[in-house]
Amino acid sequence: MSVPMTIAEKILAAHAGLDEVVPGQLVQVDVDLALGNDITAPIAIRTFREAGVEKVFDREKIALVADHFVPNKDINSAEQAKQLRVFAAEQNIVNHFDGGETGVEHVLLPEKGLVLPGDVVIGADSHTCTYGAMGAFATGVGSTDLAATMITGKTWFKVPESIKFVYNGELGPWVTGKDLILYTIGDIGVDGALYMAMEFSGPVIDRLSMAERFTMSNMAIEAGGKAGLINPDQTTLDYVAGRSDREFNIYKSDPDARYSRVIEYDCTGLEPQVAFPHLPENTRPISQVGNIPLDQVVIGSCTNGRFEDLKMAAQVLSGRKVAKGVRLIVLPTTPRVYQQALSAGLFQIFLDAGAVIGPPTCGPCLGGHMGILARGERALATTNRNFVGRMGHPESEVYLANPAIAAASAVLGRIAAPDQL
Amino acid sequence: MKIKGKAWKFGENIDTDVIIPARYLNTSDPKELARHCMEDADPEFVNKVRPGDIIVAGKNFGCGSSREHAPIALKAAGVGCVIAPSFARIFYRNSFNMGLPIFESREAAEAIRQGDEVEVDGDTGQITDLTTGQKFKAQPIPPFMQQLISDGGLIPHVLKKNRNG
Repeated sequence: MSVPMTIAEKILAAHAGLDEVVPGQLVQVDVDLALGNDITAPIAIRTFREAGVEKVFDREKIALVADHFVPNKDINSAEQAKQLRVFAAEQNIVNHFDGGETGVEHVLLPEKGLVLPGDVVIGADSHTCTYGAMGAFATGVGSTDLAATMITGKTWFKVPESIKFVYNGELGPWVTGKDLILYTIGDIGVDGALYMAMEFSGPVIDRLSMAERFTMSNMAIEAGGKAGLINPDQTTLDYVAGRSDREFNIYKSDPDARYSRVIEYDCTGLEPQVAFPHLPENTRPISQVGNIPLDQVVIGSCTNGRFEDLKMAAQVLSGRKVAKGVRLIVLPTTPRVYQQALSAGLFQIFLDAGAVIGPPTCGPCLGGHMGILARGERALATTNRNFVGRMGHPESEVYLANPAIAAASAVLGRIAAPDQL
Repeated sequence: MKIKGKAWKFGENIDTDVIIPARYLNTSDPKELARHCMEDADPEFVNKVRPGDIIVAGKNFGCGSSREHAPIALKAAGVGCVIAPSFARIFYRNSFNMGLPIFESREAAEAIRQGDEVEVDGDTGQITDLTTGQKFKAQPIPPFMQQLISDGGLIPHVLKKNRNG
């Protein structure tokens, strides 16, 4: 009789070579994919060299993605991206993405079939938790932990406790996975799931698209979570189909698995949510926002820069114009998303509306480039963080919302819902 | 291991963008990062902080990004340790990996005032506010972790161990 376990516990047990694990237990696990980007990988590469090791543990299980400050925004950034290129060539790293092949890492890697259900993934980027949407255990680490995994193929974890979130009811128009996760963070706070695995479940999650599931898992870190998991189902399998030849395992939580908390939400009547500065937990329903004039709107990022997100924005923007004085910046997240948006005619809608279409990059989300805010400016973004100075000047402001709200707000020049158009 | 210095108070949920804004992450040079440490919360902090000084902050210190640049910047700016009721997970692990000691104590974080002289004993976990005479207890840092910190972080520690067999 085996012990009932959560999906997080099952994946960690399997990768530690154990039959069962319990929360609090320290385990050493095999890593299926280790990820670094142009900000974090340079430190990992330096550490790798300091350690005097010659070869990475497996050249196919490391991904190096230049996405934060690309296309290179200045000389220093160019040097950082170059370090990835040099290291990838030297180590024959298969999955190095740069130039016209690169994209925002957490959209690109699942799209390329490099992350599969049941995997353990570590990434030197806090939004690595995105892959939990596929039923993988994925979490962010620092560059030193990444270096250690590049050497050994392993890492250690404390098995986290899990919180189960159950979403019941029916979602109204323009209410998305982004709104569910913002509402959840608003409810439990930015440290409400500190050190814990969040598990998203219930009939609403069962009906969500993969794109919206990725959005939810992506923001688990914004509640302090170690991971944000969704049990794989037919939607997951349909997404994975044809992307990889690698074998994978489906793990699902047992019905009687133990959780530190179970939180149920009735989503019927839930409004689109907006997170006010300067924390993702400062959420309000769209009807309670008031008059907030905007200088800039950004649609993109690992949170909401997928084809489905661009399509939703285009649906709202179609036949309309961005308000005078507002800059709308659209950043498709990968070359494939870019191609899909182009083929579907979305770019025509964006251009007619007066939007700027940029290349795949994290860019303005973290105040890097391609949309930096001046002192006193205010932006609404489909991104994940609205900390002080996140998108530019320390006295600028960022509000977070879904792509439909972003598009409607760009048209009206203030934070608004599509039904106000 | 003893750390003694002046307390610099900060609020809750101090995120990694406050500790070191992403606009400076086009380098990983500790000296360069130190110049911008805590800049968006207090632009004068790096000019005022002295080696060994202690940051005393509210809950969830270090939330946000996984950037190791955050503990690197704090350490290079001279911060001796950080005291807070709780730390964000990735920051917690990165701090020890970088050799920056951190201590969890809600009582100390609440009672210690801006500018107080504070002494922290890593062996016992005792935090003393020398200005007020109040004493607090945090988890001590185990000997292997103290050695790791004094070696300058995880990698120097591992390399030293390998060299010494």
